[in-house]
Amino acid sequence: MGAQKKGGGGARVSEDAEEQSHQRLQAILLADSFATKFRPVTLERPKVLLPIVNVPMIDYTLAWLEYAGIEEVFVFCCAHSIQIIEYLEKSEWYSHPNLVVRTIESHKSISAGDALRYMYEQQTETSQIQGDFVLVSGDTVSNMPLADLIQEHRERKKKDEKAIMTMVIKQSKSSSLTHQSRLGTDQLFIAVDPLTKQLLHYEEDKIDHPRGSVCLDKSLLESNPSVLVCNDMQDCYIDICSPEVLSLFEDNFDYQHLRRHFVKGVLVDDIMGYKIFTHEIHSSYAARIDNFRSYDTVSKDIIQRWTFPYVPDINFSGNRPLKLGRQGIYRACDVIQSRSADVGASSVIGYGTKIGDGDKILNSVIGNGCSIGSNVVIEGSYIWNNVTIEDGCEIRNAIVSDGVKIRAGAVLQPGVVLSFNVVVGRDFVVPAYSKVSLLQQPTTEDSDEELEYADSSSRTADHLSGLNLQMESKASELGPDGAGYIWEVCEGAHDEEWKHSVAPIPEDKLAEITQAIDDDDTDDESVVPTSGELKSDADSINTDMNDPNDDYYDFEKEVEGTVLRAVEENIKVDLVTLEINGLRLSYNMESADCAGATFYSMMKLAVDTPHNSASELYKNAASIITKWKELLGFYVKKIDEQIEVIMKFEEMCQESPKELGPLFTQILHLLYDKDVLQEDAILRWAEEKAGADEADKVYLKQCETFIQWLKEASEEEDEDDEDEEEDD
Amino acid sequence: MPDVQSMVAEFVNKLRKRKIEGSQATAKCTVELLRSVISHQRVPHANQAAALIDAVKAVGQQLVAANPVELAVGNVVRRVLHIIREEDLSLTTAAMAGLDLLDASDDDDIDNCKGIGYPAMSAAVVAAAARSTLRPPSLQTLLEGTPESATVPYTSSSGADSESKTADKSSLTRKLKHDVIEGVNQLIHEISGCHEQIAEQAIEHIHQNEVILTLGSSRTVLEFLCAAKEKKRSFRVFVAEGAPRYQGHLLAKELVARGLQTTVITDSAVFAMISRVNMVIIGAHAVMANGGVIGPVGVNMAALAAKKHAVPFVVLAGSHKLCPLYPHNPEVLLNELRSPSELLDFGEFSDCLDFGAGSGSLQVVNPTFDYVPPNLVSLFITDTGGHNPSYMYRLIADYYSADDLVM
Repeated sequence: MGAQKKGGGGARVSEDAEEQSHQRLQAILLADSFATKFRPVTLERPKVLLPIVNVPMIDYTLAWLEYAGIEEVFVFCCAHSIQIIEYLEKSEWYSHPNLVVRTIESHKSISAGDALRYMYEQQTETSQIQGDFVLVSGDTVSNMPLADLIQEHRERKKKDEKAIMTMVIKQSKSSSLTHQSRLGTDQLFIAVDPLTKQLLHYEEDKIDHPRGSVCLDKSLLESNPSVLVCNDMQDCYIDICSPEVLSLFEDNFDYQHLRRHFVKGVLVDDIMGYKIFTHEIHSSYAARIDNFRSYDTVSKDIIQRWTFPYVPDINFSGNRPLKLGRQGIYRACDVIQSRSADVGASSVIGYGTKIGDGDKILNSVIGNGCSIGSNVVIEGSYIWNNVTIEDGCEIRNAIVSDGVKIRAGAVLQPGVVLSFNVVVGRDFVVPAYSKVSLLQQPTTEDSDEELEYADSSSRTADHLSGLNLQMESKASELGPDGAGYIWEVCEGAHDEEWKHSVAPIPEDKLAEITQAIDDDDTDDESVVPTSGELKSDADSINTDMNDPNDDYYDFEKEVEGTVLRAVEENIKVDLVTLEINGLRLSYNMESADCAGATFYSMMKLAVDTPHNSASELYKNAASIITKWKELLGFYVKKIDEQIEVIMKFEEMCQESPKELGPLFTQILHLLYDKDVLQEDAILRWAEEKAGADEADKVYLKQCETFIQWLKEASEEEDEDDEDEEEDD
Repeated sequence: MPDVQSMVAEFVNKLRKRKIEGSQATAKCTVELLRSVISHQRVPHANQAAALIDAVKAVGQQLVAANPVELAVGNVVRRVLHIIREEDLSLTTAAMAGLDLLDASDDDDIDNCKGIGYPAMSAAVVAAAARSTLRPPSLQTLLEGTPESATVPYTSSSGADSESKTADKSSLTRKLKHDVIEGVNQLIHEISGCHEQIAEQAIEHIHQNEVILTLGSSRTVLEFLCAAKEKKRSFRVFVAEGAPRYQGHLLAKELVARGLQTTVITDSAVFAMISRVNMVIIGAHAVMANGGVIGPVGVNMAALAAKKHAVPFVVLAGSHKLCPLYPHNPEVLLNELRSPSELLDFGEFSDCLDFGAGSGSLQVVNPTFDYVPPNLVSLFITDTGGHNPSYMYRLIADYYSADDLVM
């Protein structure tokens, strides 16, 4: 069992006794994002321990939880759990007076859903979660107060048993061009009841979604007097949950993702009727570091002090505070900086770092113990600890992990991510958006799901030990004196790379999108380009549907099979009708379609039955039609449906003009005789066809005499009618 | 000891997270913490003062590092260190002088009473005595004529005479610690009483039908104005709101509740209104050794406006706000930049902060404090009376030992 609960020292046992007296504020911190977005860096170190502005992410989360009055945190570790536990043991969190930190390990969990299910199982054993709890992931940076929100949640829960979750949202406008939030996530559409703040709809829009439209369930508008639809909200991934949430995960074992599965599942589920509420924060900050873009954005927010008091010049978690100078430059007191070096605004420079002559550093974060040679340009980049950068390198919008060596004259183009201990060779140019690691790219990739970590940490260690041998034998991909593999971008994701990268979206890309939108506008001006546009339900069905022709084809096949079986096994007409009705419902077809399909299958049967001459074929058809006319009759009660049958027949004749073609009039007559078709239907068909092309009129001409006869007969009848009327 | 350590840790934590605000509250918490540190500190037989000083310094360094911007913490730590040094000096000199001045103690029954209850004697008196005997006397004590400066050394020696002859080390130790705690208690008393001390002088400064301008919110200013009101002075108060935290609004509310005629103006209207104002009164966050003032942001502007229109600019500061340091780069190093969310709504401006789309050029700076250079200040009113900015260094020399300036 990888499962193992680590309690603290003996001091904590005594605290357990107090727990009964008041409900402790508890939180579950998922120290694993269950995603692969930070690869290759996360292959060697868990994401929550990656430094953001020189402090590991988990410290921001823990410091905030402690500040917000949370008394007990369960840190759920999965990938690299040993590293996380070791880190926490060394840090001051394990001995914190106000916050009890407990770690829970499970290597089997591959999603947030699994983690919560595991928590639930553990809970029954040890009763850890006593009441409402806060669910966050270990990469959250926030300074919002929680106590009031938890109180609000509890009161709401008291009034309404079904209010099981409160979700924190924050206004954040997404780019109108890319439909992407500033955190690099897809634009979010939510519908909220403006009075109760109940969440009604949640949709993470994909960028290729047609023109920012959103489909709402009709019943939503019926059951709520007003609905507020927002597209400028950001989901902070901070949830106040009631214990029911855990049991819901246990009940629905297929829930994996907190939003995609759980929230959507709860919103769709009418039977349990659970409700999710939202809470919008205004003055405080909250964001989750989900991808490299948000890493960049959140870093800048921290430097701009939106996360106050979790800023580099305040010691909030045992970090050594930096000194804040003019122009928002944070600098450690022992930095050795050359006089000719130019450190620009909003930069951070860590302890023990040396900056050489003529360096230009702009908008960048440089960690502890780095040594930077002379005439180096670093712009918008994140250099972690103990990195060596030799003379004349150029680094733009890149992430450089611990222990990397960049030899003289090397260039990192925008969006590059260098994993731990990579060596970039002399004068080597690392191409834009490439990810470089000492580890080879895993070949077995779950491409469809973002699940990570079947590999335990031990496997990674093996990788590392065998690595040096490999590197020596193989010429490096990073120049002759370099070390590391450039990962190939998986197919499909290539276009997406710029969306989630640390580098800002390049100008040409933006221009491309603008161009595309302009083109779309000229193509079809009826569509209003504003996002958040509402579409009616009926429209949405049509757009959601696959091509209707495909459906009809499938339906026809099914009906054909049914009829064939019916003929072979001699099933009663009632039962066959029932079966076809069932198909009709499942394919959402009309009875005219049924009529067409049924007739088609009957004729097909006739044609497929072995025959030598046209007369024999006619006989076959006649016998089948006679036998199954009731079945056909069931669907051809209306004129339209009868016309559909004739059209279908015409179509078949056109497909096989040699076999069926000559028999058109005869069979039509037969159908008339057997009361399947009424004369009105045939006449209307004839009228419709009269205006068609000559080619289409072949069969009309063929049965001209028959129609003539029918017309005369009806005129006589009409006259009779008129006579009768006159008589009245 | 462990409980003291946990108390220190908790206080450090609070300071770090900026959970305690306001220099008076911070000063009070700090001095109370230091008192318990001293009382729990085991003192060796030899060199007790050094042990105490080391203990207090160790804690003090932690506290100062936790929030270097809150200067009151450092001030109080230095004050306590000063008290220890003074007590130590007075005890040693008393022990030595006790032998010489044994016969000189010809004092009356008051001394006998004190002699019995010697440990209960105010340490501050002893400290003042030590100050007057061992150092060049301060200008103030010289001016005041200091009748006690002559008598107290004798009292202490006479009090000590019965014991000092037989004084064994342990009693001396107990005495030092006790005296120090007594002195710290005095300091606590002084800090908590500074509002009243300052407010008592209000009547001398605020006259009938004057217009007073203040900025931001300060409890000292509130008490000061109310004291004048209680003495039947009628005057108007203009309150600049103190953006972005708008603490001026709170002050205005309280002033109105106490029945003062109050007008709220924006910070930007200060220059427009200053010509109608008779005096500007503000509360300081800290007073530096050169007489410069650190106050709520916007104060420098008000000071400049006052200078321009020759309006007296008066700063109220309790003695715990006197900082023995000289300001170096005060706009940055002695300042705290707070979250920009106090200025503007993140959601509304989030599109200007989209770094990915290349529009992340908006920067927001939200400093908490302003530095007013000494030449703009007309008068300081502390709990010991009114002083000129140029006199500050002298006051500071009274309160702090030069050894403690660098901790």
